Amino acid sequence: MATSGLYNEMFDADRSVRGHYAAFAEWLAETPPSRIAQNRHAADLLFHRVGITFAVYGEASGTERLIPFDIVPHVIPGAQWQRIARGLKQRVTALNRFLHDIYHAQEIVRAGKVPSNQVNRNAQFRPEMVGVDVPGGVYAHVAGVDLVKHSDGEYYVLEDNLRTPSGVSYMLENRKMMMRLFPELFAQQRIRPVDHYPDLLLETLRGVAQGNAENPTIVLLTPGHYNSAYFEHAFLAQQMGIELVEGQDLFVLNNTVFMRTTQGPQKVDVIYRRIDDDFLDPLAFRPDSMLGVPGLLSAYRAGRVTLANAIGTGVADDKSMYPYVPEMIRFYMGEEPILRNVPTYVLGKEEDRLYVLDHLEELVVKEAQGSGGYGMLVGPTSTRDERERYRQRILDQPERFIAQPTLSLSMVPTYCGDVLADRHIDLRPYVLTGSDVTFVPGGLTRVALREGSLVVNSSQGGGVKDTWVVD
Amino acid sequence: MLSRVASTLYWMSRYVERAENTARVLDVTWRMSLLVQEPELQNQEWFAPLNITGTLFPFSGRHDEVCAREVLHFMALDAENPGSIFSCARQARENARAVRGSITSEMWEVLNSTWLEMQHMDEDLMDARGVSSFFDWVKERSHLFRGVTFGTMHRDDAYEFARLGTHMERADSTARILDVKYHVLLPSVKDVGGAVDYYQWSAVLRSVAAFEAYRKVYRDVITPLKLAELLILRDDIPRSLRFCLRQVFETLGHVQNAQSGESLRLAGQVLAGLQYGRISEIFAGGLHEYLTEFLESMQDLSAQIQRSFFSSRVVE
Repeated sequence: MATSGLYNEMFDADRSVRGHYAAFAEWLAETPPSRIAQNRHAADLLFHRVGITFAVYGEASGTERLIPFDIVPHVIPGAQWQRIARGLKQRVTALNRFLHDIYHAQEIVRAGKVPSNQVNRNAQFRPEMVGVDVPGGVYAHVAGVDLVKHSDGEYYVLEDNLRTPSGVSYMLENRKMMMRLFPELFAQQRIRPVDHYPDLLLETLRGVAQGNAENPTIVLLTPGHYNSAYFEHAFLAQQMGIELVEGQDLFVLNNTVFMRTTQGPQKVDVIYRRIDDDFLDPLAFRPDSMLGVPGLLSAYRAGRVTLANAIGTGVADDKSMYPYVPEMIRFYMGEEPILRNVPTYVLGKEEDRLYVLDHLEELVVKEAQGSGGYGMLVGPTSTRDERERYRQRILDQPERFIAQPTLSLSMVPTYCGDVLADRHIDLRPYVLTGSDVTFVPGGLTRVALREGSLVVNSSQGGGVKDTWVVD
Repeated sequence: MLSRVASTLYWMSRYVERAENTARVLDVTWRMSLLVQEPELQNQEWFAPLNITGTLFPFSGRHDEVCAREVLHFMALDAENPGSIFSCARQARENARAVRGSITSEMWEVLNSTWLEMQHMDEDLMDARGVSSFFDWVKERSHLFRGVTFGTMHRDDAYEFARLGTHMERADSTARILDVKYHVLLPSVKDVGGAVDYYQWSAVLRSVAAFEAYRKVYRDVITPLKLAELLILRDDIPRSLRFCLRQVFETLGHVQNAQSGESLRLAGQVLAGLQYGRISEIFAGGLHEYLTEFLESMQDLSAQIQRSFFSSRVVE
């Protein structure tokens, strides 16, 4: 990987506007700053009124915050997107085959492509799922694949999210907001629409109902309104016209899942669950879970209900499994990976560990199980003290960590106060797998609002942008 | 629909209705207190809102004196008082948030922005805006919510349960207002007459938005008997007991299930009493006694609705 220079999505090395940003740049030059300022303020008010907020863990309970929205879009040329799309389809298909394989014959292990320990000793491997056949062999119905563009202009996959990836409601609301504030931008050029995502998701869920039920009852299972992504759960349920249920609304009788309704029990066929495996069923997993449904696993194993995503997908998006994904693509698809992987050091391996401990100030070190940008060390911006403390954590439990070179994420101009400044972004497209693999063009663009920061997570002060695939 | 969602919608509407009714009672009390007379009587007015909402006891625990400033704060803005307008706005919004998927985004936005504005409200701001305009604002928000509900909500069971909450709460509120004011309605004080009575009676009418309706229906001076008849037995006054109970009865008919027979029977029984009752007989038996009995049967009905539709045991 080349590491010099930073890639700017809007400007080339000579600071001239790239072709796919030309229409936007022109609009920006013509639009009075006062109108932009006014509309940015209006966006804030609208998001507040609509209640698009997220809860922040670790702050006083009930704290709701707005995710900062920036009006400068992340623009992707259509031809580039076609390539990304092919790569996403390839990667997610391989991951689904991998999941089916490891819960059945484990051919990839027997072929020596993935170490047995890596699979069978993985904390996210669910022995309960061994031999269970899920409809269509689909495990990750909804996958969020985080992409970054490096200074060499290539896309790299940062991580795969195959459990309960969130954020898609922001993608939809960002687009709605841009169309409301600046409709003229959408008249000027052809920006591919994203609003049909809920339809695609509903179609995906209908496609995986057990026994081809004619009119399956589909529900969205949420941990409840104190969860940070509750807004999204409610939003998606409403957009799809399905019930938003909590664990207490469901019960299992004779291996069949029912919801409690004012008209008595109603059978449930598909559960789009936004609760982690550990909390799904207190009888099977964490007994202290108040969020789940007792007996759900047993009904699931008996093939009486479909869960999306399936139980046990975590083993494939675990950061320690990530280095093996290109090999999975070759093994299951017989193809070379279209999207690149970031070189990754697995600290459980001695050779990698020694290298990483010697180069802490150049690398990003993460917990293999972590998410949300919590508990990571960003070498170049860390203090000596932080590095030393992290070194100790690595030495205590090396197998918990992985490390990667610091990527120079690409940048997009972003409003900081009233001036535009370059900020780092990443992109999370959402890949849906049912009877077919589908997605909407683009995805959620997250932006690190602090100067020089590479952490885009909303819990860590990140913002969001609208993502345009233009033709 | 989900039992939990039905229950949450029901309570969401009840809280909105409660906030509006409290605003009405406080507004009328405020206007009345401006009219009065001897200074020592001025504070007497302020017992009424506490009695109507049954909060005299918790109020006295925290305040020494019953006076305008203290009662207004306690009932409008006090976050510690679960019955205050402030708390109702919060509860309505929390309930809406818990069932966002079942209400329209317009309904959610009304309750959310009301709550956002309410959080910035304090005594100074209320004084600056004028006490009455604060109550007008609360009423407007409630009207807006009802209008948006009526205008945007799919006519499914969710809509029915939201309406059920509105009318259960409203019937309860009208009965309480009448009960607390019943001393001004007793025939025995009829001969007292005079300006104060007129204002007292018209205040009762205004607190349930029925002043103009009274004039239209009776084209007559306000008398206690007619006033009570209007608010108890008329079928065409949206805050009368009979009107509310008819709505409750019809709604229960729309959402009925295998366990809800008893709810429907109870509602029907109360409604029949209102449909075939005579105001002279109610007064003969004692208005207070009548209203006490009415409030008790509303409590029974409320508990029965809980059992019929919201209790998780229903389905197992």
